[in-house]
Amino acid sequence: MIHFVIVGLLVVVMTVLTYFGLDAAGLADQMHPVAASAQSASIDQLWHWEVMVVSFLFSLIVAPIIYSLIVFRQKKGEMKDGEHMEGNTNLEIGWTVGPLIIVVVFAYLGAYSLGEVRRVDPEALVINVKARQFTWTFEYPEYGIVSEELHLPVDKQVVLKMESADVIHSFWVPEFRLKQDIVPGRVTEYRVTPTLEGNYKVRCTELCGMSHYSMEGPIVVSSQADYDAWIMEQQALAAAAQTPEGQGKLLTVRNGCIGCHSVDGTPMTGPTWFNLAGSEVALADGTTVIADDAFLAESILDPNAKIVAGFQSPSVMPPYALTDEEIANLIAYIKTLK
Amino acid sequence: MKGFFSSALARGLFWQLIGTLVGAGLVTGIRALMGLTATDTFFFTEPAWVLGGFLGVLFFLVGSGVTSDWIKWARGIDTPDHHEDHHTGWDKYANVSLDHKVIGIQYTLVALALISIGGLFALIFRAELAASQLQFLTLDIKLFGQNGPQLYNTLMSLHGMIMIVSILLGISGIINYVVPLLLGAQDMAFPRLNAFSYWIAVPAAVLLLMSLVLGGFDTGWTGYPPLSARAPVGMQMFFLGVFTAGWSSILGSLNVLVTVVRMRSKGMTAMRMPILVWAAIATSLIALTATQLIGLSFQSVMFQRLFGMGFYDAAKGGNPVLFQHLFWFYSHPAVYVFILPGLGVISELLPVFVRKPLFGYRWIAMSSLGIALVGFVVWAHHMFTSGMNEYLRVPFMYSTLLVAVPTGVKFFSWVATLWKGKISTPTPMLFVLGGIIVFLMGGLSGPPNATVSTDLHLHDTYFIVGHFHDTIFGGFVFPFFAAIYYWFPKATGRRMNETLGKIHFWLMTPSFFVLTFGMMYVGLLGMRRRIADYDPALGIDSAHLVLTIAGFLIALSVLIFFYNFFKSIKSGEKAEGNVWNSRSPEWQVPSPMPVHNYEQPFEVVGEPYDYGLKDAGYVKFIEPDKGTHK
Repeated sequence: MIHFVIVGLLVVVMTVLTYFGLDAAGLADQMHPVAASAQSASIDQLWHWEVMVVSFLFSLIVAPIIYSLIVFRQKKGEMKDGEHMEGNTNLEIGWTVGPLIIVVVFAYLGAYSLGEVRRVDPEALVINVKARQFTWTFEYPEYGIVSEELHLPVDKQVVLKMESADVIHSFWVPEFRLKQDIVPGRVTEYRVTPTLEGNYKVRCTELCGMSHYSMEGPIVVSSQADYDAWIMEQQALAAAAQTPEGQGKLLTVRNGCIGCHSVDGTPMTGPTWFNLAGSEVALADGTTVIADDAFLAESILDPNAKIVAGFQSPSVMPPYALTDEEIANLIAYIKTLK
Repeated sequence: MKGFFSSALARGLFWQLIGTLVGAGLVTGIRALMGLTATDTFFFTEPAWVLGGFLGVLFFLVGSGVTSDWIKWARGIDTPDHHEDHHTGWDKYANVSLDHKVIGIQYTLVALALISIGGLFALIFRAELAASQLQFLTLDIKLFGQNGPQLYNTLMSLHGMIMIVSILLGISGIINYVVPLLLGAQDMAFPRLNAFSYWIAVPAAVLLLMSLVLGGFDTGWTGYPPLSARAPVGMQMFFLGVFTAGWSSILGSLNVLVTVVRMRSKGMTAMRMPILVWAAIATSLIALTATQLIGLSFQSVMFQRLFGMGFYDAAKGGNPVLFQHLFWFYSHPAVYVFILPGLGVISELLPVFVRKPLFGYRWIAMSSLGIALVGFVVWAHHMFTSGMNEYLRVPFMYSTLLVAVPTGVKFFSWVATLWKGKISTPTPMLFVLGGIIVFLMGGLSGPPNATVSTDLHLHDTYFIVGHFHDTIFGGFVFPFFAAIYYWFPKATGRRMNETLGKIHFWLMTPSFFVLTFGMMYVGLLGMRRRIADYDPALGIDSAHLVLTIAGFLIALSVLIFFYNFFKSIKSGEKAEGNVWNSRSPEWQVPSPMPVHNYEQPFEVVGEPYDYGLKDAGYVKFIEPDKGTHK
């Protein structure tokens, strides 16, 4: 009997220690990092309950094991067997039914929490998200804006209508606690209410190919006033971008070109556009070519026609359906990059 | 060395090479005649490589001689029931044998070889992750047609699948070696099929490794389309390798089930079977009926690539999410295939070192079947964020959490077994105890992934990676090592060095705790799965450095194990008797075991784990003169 009392106390002590240990590591009362959405409240709450139960169950198993290893250890030279105990049906029923109850309770809490997370605000702001290897593009249909940055007003529900141009991606913002895959051929939905102003990142969490690791995009959550100002600014920029160069730049954002081609000379998956137009380009087959309009147009339409030295063959660049005018605009934009 | 070149293994590999060239040459020739492109980046075109890979497997099987008895039967030639094994030493394991013990050791050796390869891959990418930014797997390097991040993806993907195949072979190793001995059978029910199940895994492993040099693949072991539909030709070798390895699993588990049903000793009723046999049944039931689904899912992507069949191509009316359902219908139960035998080993060994009966034998036996059964209806919990029908998430949450119930029964029963025992802790017992605690960590980090809303944060992060490694180390790796230390004397007549065994344990276990707890920690902070590099702004650089050091310490401990393993075969302390003072039948006869196992059949006269009860034997050997009416 004394064994049970000691182990019982040990379990209690260990539960407390485990819980506060996790708490000291910052893992108990909420998940990490900082919570920045209305949805994260119920998710963090459920996590907190789970950490408590996990601390208890961990101790419930480990404390008696450690106690047994010390107290019921075979002494040196001792050859005796332990007590003959084959089982106890009541105990077995107990530790089947007990966990069953916990399981049902947590499944209920989980379903309830999911309901909270998925709560729909019919007034939600709609933003379209385009994912492709390896960039994010955001379209604000109400304002005709296209951006590489996702700007959101604080304390207002947004619904992201997400589409993929190639493979499966996944939209995850750790601070929002929510994640949703983006599947080719369908539109998936991501509903979130940001509650904390700040800068975050969307990070692609479904392996999508070579540069999956770098498929991150900036998110800015700001006050309604700042958000409105940003919208105005973007609209002005879009209006000013009626030139071929401006249209070309918009196309590079919309088509995700800059996921692989840098505009400042940084090495990436594809050749940089910086100082490209008019320069002499060394090709993989040893020849060189002048990067004139014809070469640029050919490289956009048929990336495999000429492979630049040091880059992958065959090219991993996907096909794009672009009009002649769009090609001309793109080239006009590339020419501005000096 | 001369012996090796004339061995079945060397012949098989040689014929696999010939078969690959024949198949690839055939397609290339036909393509050339039809005026299609005949060569590609990796010399042959993709269809040529696929037929080559396929014929390579067939040529291996015929060339190694594992099918020669069947071929003779088909031609009307009789063969003897048993083959006298004339090979000795290592040659025995490089040649075809029908002895389940030899096959069990063959499985184990290949499993250990694959663990080393998979582990080496892990060390390479773990080193890359030691700090943010690309260190040595950079965009500039070029190896096997891949740059750094592509190579990272290939190594990471292959680490997954090679370890999975290694685990499947490892459990087959334990089951093949031990289960017939526990049953008192002379061999498995179908010795030739048994040999075939082992030998087909060898060309499968070769195919998997070929994928590395044929451009690799960047999909992870899950191979989700559409990404896998556009990956390099290495993808096809991966699909073909897994497809081939699946046969080993299916046929092997069929053999185990028939052996258990048909070949038990007299008196061995269902509830008097050693508990490991129950685990073997449960795991075989899953492997026999679910493996087809991963074969099917991979085969359909293979066909999508080869023939343009649009199963998962949205542009052709296909559905990428369908693949995930098919894939996980095997790949979730598969983790129970991996862990059930390990949990069986824990239950089997615990009473020996506690000197007490296994607490609640029936409940533990039934909990294995319970886990196997529930395991079939939880697959979609891998897809909570996949975009499948939303309302499906709640029922799958209930079924997933339900797995905790039979698993809990095992934990409580193990604790009760330890209670008031006379516990000793030689190396096998240390690994049993380590397995229990590590598996507990895996079990308790599971529910937050099962409850949908918390999983929306955790899914596809390092939290899952930590959780998964805990379940697999606790459910397979620790028990696998325990089993090797425990049955090593049975197989060799010598025991492994205790001191080195303890160093192995005490180096591996704390490092492993640090590794998986650290993985969960960085996962919560925003570390995604399967990335070659991470954002320095996450502030997890130093945590990653610690993880890398822990990973290398685990590798060091496994190196010590290998040294101990090979040294003890030659010069370990002699141990021909009942080293562990066990009640189990295989320990009642001298080690190593002769070819057809027990010289006298035995009869089961009591309970398997009646430690602490005087004069209560488990088996009684039947004297030959009293007649063996069998």
